[in-house]
Amino acid sequence: MSGAILGWSVLIAQLAVAAAMILAAIRMLKGPRAQDKVLGLDTLYITAMLQFLLFGIRTGTSIYFEMALVIAILGFVATVALAKFLMRGEVIE
Amino acid sequence: MNRLLPYPLLIVSIVVMWLALTRFSVGQLLLGAGVALVAAQGLAALRPSTPRLRRWDLIPKLIGIVLLDIVRSNIAVARLILSGKRAKRKSGFVAIPLELRDPMGLAVLAVIITSTPGTAWLDYSDRRGVLLLHIFDLVDESEWVDLIKTRYEYLLMEIFE
Amino acid sequence: MSVEYDIPLWIALPVSAFLLIGAFLTLTGTIGLIRLRIFYDRLHAPTLGSSWGTGAIVIASMILFSYLESRPVVHEILIGIFVTVTTPVTFMLLGRAALYRDRSEGSPLVPPMDVAPPPSKETTAEPAS
Repeated sequence: MSGAILGWSVLIAQLAVAAAMILAAIRMLKGPRAQDKVLGLDTLYITAMLQFLLFGIRTGTSIYFEMALVIAILGFVATVALAKFLMRGEVIE
Repeated sequence: MNRLLPYPLLIVSIVVMWLALTRFSVGQLLLGAGVALVAAQGLAALRPSTPRLRRWDLIPKLIGIVLLDIVRSNIAVARLILSGKRAKRKSGFVAIPLELRDPMGLAVLAVIITSTPGTAWLDYSDRRGVLLLHIFDLVDESEWVDLIKTRYEYLLMEIFE
Repeated sequence: MSVEYDIPLWIALPVSAFLLIGAFLTLTGTIGLIRLRIFYDRLHAPTLGSSWGTGAIVIASMILFSYLESRPVVHEILIGIFVTVTTPVTFMLLGRAALYRDRSEGSPLVPPMDVAPPPSKETTAEPAS
């Protein structure tokens, strides 16, 4: 009974986060300007990280936690580099 | 103490974090302590000036205020986005002259302002000390200047300066 | 549609509630990302996902794994701290980059470089608002 409650909640949450990933990807592809695309990419990274946490909750294993952490770090580095590129035209000064 | 163990707070928090990530055992405690010592030495090599905390007792109050504000503005911004009444909402830029100069305090203020939905930190000129914010739901400019100055800046100046 | 492990009701209810809150806040944030018209407005929308969207899911995960492994599991806090500390950096950099680009194009939407007070007051003390 309680397993079913949690199972359905995780499913609904995963669908909601999947929809969020699609919306972020649309913003990333559509733009219109470069900063909109980078913002969409950063949001996509955050939602992907949440999706991995939800997979971890569904399976009850903590393997997915490491993946989520790696995605969070990659997303941070990528967005910082891209924002720096937008501002100056080069990543390393 | 200073030469061998710089940043005692950092060392303690790294050891606690290490033990939280692994299971507690003597080996893990020693390993975590070793990592913490190396990290503290590395930080000491990077930046010699220790941030000074003047008022420890105000930090829980600040955290409480910030968590409450984040919850409140989450609800407010979510409602604004979902209701979709674009015509009634007006967003805009606000310039706020700050008296806070401590780099650590400014960094904390940046984290607070950016992680609160509805306010975004855009630019800070450290020569003139003027902060440029973008406010999602701008009703009254002076109200926001008052809010930032009395709610956060005052507390941060008490804590850090 | 059930999970593969056994949990009591008093764990399942709060975990489910936090999961749904977090997921729908994140979804709301991305809806805003699509619906809002100006870039500076859009900059606010994803903070819903990165503040309590992430926070709620991390809390749910902490409650569940603390029960499953019957010890306090706090390593999810790492993700919470990481997202809290890094999101301001990325959004600040993005905001500044957008401001810089808009200013260099002379866009009328953004305030010019010299917002009040003017630079001639540099040497005198800042008035205390």
